Amino acid sequence: MNVPAAWYLILAAVLFGIGAFGVLTRRSALIILMCVELMLNAVNLTFVTFSRTLSDISGQAIVFFVMVVAAAEVTIGLGIVVAVFRRRSSTSVDELAELKG
Amino acid sequence: MIAGAYAVPSVLIFVTCVVLILVGAVGVITVKNPVHAALSLILTLLGVAVAFVAQSADFLAAVQIIVYAGAIVVLFLFVIMFLGVDTRRHVEIEPLVGQRAFAAVGVVVTVGGLITLMAKSHWVSGALSVSNGGQPIATGQGNVQQLGTAVFTTYLFAFEATAALLIIAVVGAVLLARRERAVASEDVGS
Repeated sequence: MNVPAAWYLILAAVLFGIGAFGVLTRRSALIILMCVELMLNAVNLTFVTFSRTLSDISGQAIVFFVMVVAAAEVTIGLGIVVAVFRRRSSTSVDELAELKG
Repeated sequence: MIAGAYAVPSVLIFVTCVVLILVGAVGVITVKNPVHAALSLILTLLGVAVAFVAQSADFLAAVQIIVYAGAIVVLFLFVIMFLGVDTRRHVEIEPLVGQRAFAAVGVVVTVGGLITLMAKSHWVSGALSVSNGGQPIATGQGNVQQLGTAVFTTYLFAFEATAALLIIAVVGAVLLARRERAVASEDVGS
């Protein structure tokens, strides 16, 4: 008997939590983008697990689209990081406080 | 670990996944050097790819390696090299008081609630969609065939929309990264 789906779901939830903690606490915009990738991967793992358990290929199709969106998101995100670095010489998100009330 | 109840290879594969994913993920959020964080990210992505293979998502495992480890992480490394390695971590500065403690509590509550909710609903529940007719997910070539059929029939519109999305992302990235210079000025140097 194979490993139950629950184990993979718990692993994905823990991975999501680690990524969320990184997004909330790290200061560098680059690391925050990497942590967003961790969270997206956790969701992908959940989708694949559901897909296997329900014998439904739709879960894998959605993971495929999530990967496309993740690639687009990283491209734009890193473009913004480079543009901000040109103006501010820093990638720390704390220093972007112009809109602070 | 419940030994004996489950097939040994699948348990071994799962343990490998756990080690790869958790070591990599903890590395991403703890190391100082962004290059090391990117390498830890590769470790996590490999672990997720192993989990994909173990759950008969062969095509996605290949895409995971090619797109994530091959393209996205290289893009990260490229930008890190472009900006210069910044190892300042500002550990001592905490602009929001108690941010880390609040983040930890929030994450623990969220993950705990998520696991409790899933356990209460017997982990997996829901109706099958019509795309696969309830056939078991195939591996290898069969997996590519099933996924291709789903993407090019049920999800055709979404698939075409991703083409527009990628074009927009590429144009946006080029516009963002372009160095602005006065067109009227005569100097050709940077």
